[in-house]
This record gives sequence, structure tokens and C-alpha cells, in this order.
Amino acid sequence: MSILVGENTRLLVQGITGGEGSFHTERCQEYGTRVVAGVTPGKGGGQHLSVPVFNTVERAMAESGANASLMFVPPAFAADGILEAIEAGMPLVVCITEGIPVLDMMKVHRFLRGRTTRLIGPNCPGVISPGRCKAGIMVGEIHLPGNVGVVSRSGTLTYDVVSQLTGLGIGQSTCVGIGGDALPGSTFVDILELFEADRDTEAVVLIGEIGGAMEQEAAEFIGHRMTKPVVAFVAGSTAPPGKRMGHAGAIITGSSGKAADKIEALSRAGAVIAPNPAEVGLTVRNMLGGS
Amino acid sequence: MKIHEYQAKVLFSQYGIPVPRGRVASSPGEARDIAAEIGGRLVVKSQVYAGGRGKAGGIRVVNGPEEAETAAHQLLGTRLVTPQTGPEGVPVSRVLMEEASDVARELYLSLLVDGPTRLPVMMASEAGGMDIEEVARSTPEKILRSSIDPAIGFQPFQGRKLAYGMNLCGGQIGDAVRVMTSLYQLFMDKDCSLAEINPLVVTADDKLMALDAKLSFDDNALYRHKDIQALQDKEQEEPLEVQAREWGINNYVKMEGDIGCMVNGAGLAMAVNDLIQHCGGRAANFLDIGTLNNTERVVNSFRMFIADPRVRAVLVNIFGGMARVDVIARGIVEAYQQMEIPFPVVTRLEGTNLEEGQRILAASGIDVIQAKDFYDGARKAVEAAKGAMR
Repeated sequence: MSILVGENTRLLVQGITGGEGSFHTERCQEYGTRVVAGVTPGKGGGQHLSVPVFNTVERAMAESGANASLMFVPPAFAADGILEAIEAGMPLVVCITEGIPVLDMMKVHRFLRGRTTRLIGPNCPGVISPGRCKAGIMVGEIHLPGNVGVVSRSGTLTYDVVSQLTGLGIGQSTCVGIGGDALPGSTFVDILELFEADRDTEAVVLIGEIGGAMEQEAAEFIGHRMTKPVVAFVAGSTAPPGKRMGHAGAIITGSSGKAADKIEALSRAGAVIAPNPAEVGLTVRNMLGGS
Repeated sequence: MKIHEYQAKVLFSQYGIPVPRGRVASSPGEARDIAAEIGGRLVVKSQVYAGGRGKAGGIRVVNGPEEAETAAHQLLGTRLVTPQTGPEGVPVSRVLMEEASDVARELYLSLLVDGPTRLPVMMASEAGGMDIEEVARSTPEKILRSSIDPAIGFQPFQGRKLAYGMNLCGGQIGDAVRVMTSLYQLFMDKDCSLAEINPLVVTADDKLMALDAKLSFDDNALYRHKDIQALQDKEQEEPLEVQAREWGINNYVKMEGDIGCMVNGAGLAMAVNDLIQHCGGRAANFLDIGTLNNTERVVNSFRMFIADPRVRAVLVNIFGGMARVDVIARGIVEAYQQMEIPFPVVTRLEGTNLEEGQRILAASGIDVIQAKDFYDGARKAVEAAKGAMR
């Protein structure tokens, strides 16, 4: 088992005919992901990368049986693409697109209420269940099937942590990038809940960063509801206060946004804190070895 | 993106939010003329992007054109240092000249998108003024909050609840509801990330008025607001950061150390800076080159490092996903071809198209220090910076 994506995932790619869409669809196919359809308005009826292309998500789902969507739609049109997928009843939408306006995402969140779609991202690397399914832009080869779940706000930092784990022979059940935006589709708590319920996940690595209060919410969950061990790292200890560090969410505002506050909350909740970003893998090994 | 108070007040006026009579001046002579025109007691307010102006001496109350001219003369051309600026301060190139108001009460009003609820939230307090942050810390119950459903917008009942909560009465209630409704409209129309009125005052003659105005905007939405984009005052920003943006590097933040960093991804870039400090060094900047795959941005990153005289070594840490290592490698080679690189460069490359990237670097014959992993890269960069001469 794994969470979010696995052997039964039938992937639809929104924006499949674009440059990034094409490149990463091929990488997903090479990894063994079943890509069953693509959507690009105006290009319906054709084939791209041996996959049928449709004009609308609704039609693509009906014809292909897709049950997850991976989005590469440009930022000005991405929220509309997500709304279309939600309206079509897509169970899982993974949005890679970076730079979507906050108010657009606010509308998406309003529309999501009472509907069943789970949204991952935007501004994220996607989701991979190693050896089973890759729905994202991460490098497949650095992953190893196993029992450690990874959830992170960062993309490339996650790749680094995963390669540390794999280098130590520690495999992953699923790695989820929830994205660096201020209004992510899924939060740490959403994903921790799934990992807690997943039989194949024995421990979880959580990679947070400065800004917002999602790590504190995660700490609350870890302290009260989580039975599985958690290793955590929070990036941005050396960031100057008040500065925006790239991710829309990574602005230190008030005390709750600081790395030190987040680390303290996670530590108090029982998470094991990695001393630096290069030793997250070692921290996991020591923790698993000791338990 | 931030804008100046006087620009925010123009937007407020367009949306029907009352502001004091006034105009902006960029010379003492102009200040004098405006003071003569408005008459009476005036407030001369330095226009800078930072808060904390009042306590820093950037706001003066004057009587008549002569005093106005003197105050403007004293403020214009200086650099204002407030708790929200660095020690070098920010330049004062304009002052806002406003009719002084007789203030009976100082309230606080703001609007932003709340992370946990993912909804816009209107915040109001009857304890407005200079110490609002302290109020929020010590007596958070004095900050009233009202979440807005974007599907139906800000409703009058929400405004009434907040207005009565601030102990307003009579005609003030309707005025306050109108101000809040307009502020919400402006926020949504212009893709604001923050709209703040502190203080929103009740004047001695019972009128509501925005004495200050702070607006900032979502950078990701600026593409659909050319009017807002045009308001940007680059003079108020860190020169290296302005330069970076002109070269297509949107995620550059100047820091205090001597190791130039080029990283893909904001989280990794922060972690690289953390790790450098862990290894005993300090980063000169935060630089996320993003995911667009062109060599130009890599070359321009090197231009940034050369433009920053403090940089004594460079660490390139790329874990390719969306970004491809071969493109980064080609960019590094181009940088070496186009300019003299006066500092040691440490590279740590992983991920998408790594082999091709390594082949390009090896074939070029350029002299970069290759690191085998994350830790190794940070350590080698710290060592290189210590030994470097520039």
C-alpha cells in the first residue's frame, strides 16, 4: 500500500502538449505510471506521447477512466484548470504550476468545499509511491520502495532528503510535496492523517519551512493523534525576518512563522529534529535503529 | 509588491474611502505651495516603504507654508531609519502634505487572506495607532476578526458587528460599514496581499477617515494589474535585488555573508544557507533560480555574484527536477566564457540529466570545485571563501 497514488492510479495530464507537460509526462511514463489521457483545450482528438488528448477533463475522464490529474497549466489559467477537474469529480488533482495568484487559489478552496477532490499543491513537485506510480516532476531514480513516508513544503529539498534516505537503504512508501504556496491544497495534517492510516508507512519525515503556522498545526496532530514516529526538519533558520524567501508562504511574519518556534513546537510534540538539512537521512536511521 | 502611502490614498479615494485633503511634494518649494493652498495646520509625512515612521521622526506637524517648507527641507533627501529598515535606512524622496485632523479616536482596520481558513479576514480594533502590534501580542482579544466568504463577498452585517464591536455608534456605524465594504472591494479588485488602515480615525466632528494607508500586492497577480505595477518605486528597494529582477532572477534576497549561492527551489535555497552557517560560513544571498530552463538566468546569477563585492566564493547547488542539470552546466560554462570569474566556484549537481551536465562541465575544461553531496558542497564553499582572495 501507499497513499494518494499507486498501482491503481490512472493518470490524466492537464497541459500535456506544453513543453514541461510533455517532458514530465514522458518521465512519468518511463517510471511506469499509467498515463491514460491528456487535456489541452483545442487539441482534443489527437494523440500526444501515445496518449489520447481531449478538450475537456470531463470528456477525458469518461473516455479514459482517469482517477488522478497532474497539472502543468500556466499560472494565469491554472486555477481554472483545477476548478474544471474538481467539477468533473476528479478524485486527486496534483498541481505543479508555480505562481498562481492567491485570490485565484482562494476561489479554488471555496469551490472545493463539500466536494470530494483532494488537491495537492500548487507549486509542488507532486507525489510518488516508489516502484508503483510517479505523478510529479521529481527524479524517479532517487527513490526506493519502502516504509518511510515523506511530506514536504519544498521540492528540491525533498529530493535531497529522499536521496539521503535511499543512500542509506531506507525506502519510502510515498513522498508528497504539498507545495510552497500560502494556500496549499493539502496541509501537513492532511497528509500525516493518511500516513498514520497507511499500513505500509512505519515512520514519517516532515520537511517544513519558515512562514505560516502549518508546522505548528502538524505538531498538534503529532502530539495528540499520531502513533508513528516522525523526523522533522524546518528550513530557514538563517533567513532574515520580514524578508520573502521565494515561496509565497515563506515570509516570516510574527512569531509563529519563525523556524525556531516551529522546531520547538515539533520537538515538544515528540518529533525528532534533524540537526541540519544534510543529516535528515541519518536522523531517520538512528531513530529507526533505536526503536 | 508595496506602494507608498500617497499612492494607496489615491486608490482609497477612488473607492470612496475618506482620506485627509492633501498632496505629495518632492521639493521644499512644492511643499510650501501645497501648504499655502491647503492652509492651517498640516502633517508632513515621509514617503517610504517601511513602517515605524512616526517614532523615527519621519512625520512632522507644521503651521503654515514656511514651517512646511522647512520640514520638507529637513526630510527630503535624507535616509529614514526605522525598526523595519536596515541600519542604512531608506531614502525619502517625497513627502505627503496633509491637512491635520482633530482626532477623537484611533481605530485599526485590516484585511488579508488567512492561511488556516484560506479565507479573507477583516480585522478591526478600537485600539488603533502606533502600538497595534503590542496590542495584538498582549491583548489579542482586542483584535476582532470576521472571515469573509468570497462567494458572496463582505456583507453589511459583518461590518455592523465589527463596528459595534469597536464601540462606534450612530452614523459612525454606516460609515464604518461603507469603509470596510470598499476596502474589501479594493482588495479583491487589485489582488492585494494586505490592506491596512492604521489609524482609521473618528474626527472631532464625528467623521471616519483613513489617516494612514498601507497596501501591498500579490506579486503573482501583477501581470493583470499594469496600473499597480507602474507604481513601484525601485529606489525604496535593495539595489542588488532590483538588479536581480532586471536580470530575470525574481527570487534574490541580499544577506550579510560572503558566499554567493545559486540554488533551485526556495526550500533547498534556505536549507543551503542554513547548512553554510552550520559549517561555519555565511551566505551572501538567497537565490532561487526557479525552474525555467534557460542558460541566461545562470549567467545572470554569476553577474549578480560579481556585482556583489562581498562575494568571496560561490556555491551552486542544483537538484534537478523541473530544472535540468545539463542546462545549468551549460549556463556555468557560458558564464566562464563571457566573464572573468574572480572567485572559486563549488558545484554540487544532482538530478534530471545529470550525466549530460557532468559531461558538459568536464568537456569545457573550466576549473570548478566539484562536491559529492549537500554537506560536502557547503563545507567546500566555506573553505573556499576562507582561503579566497578577491
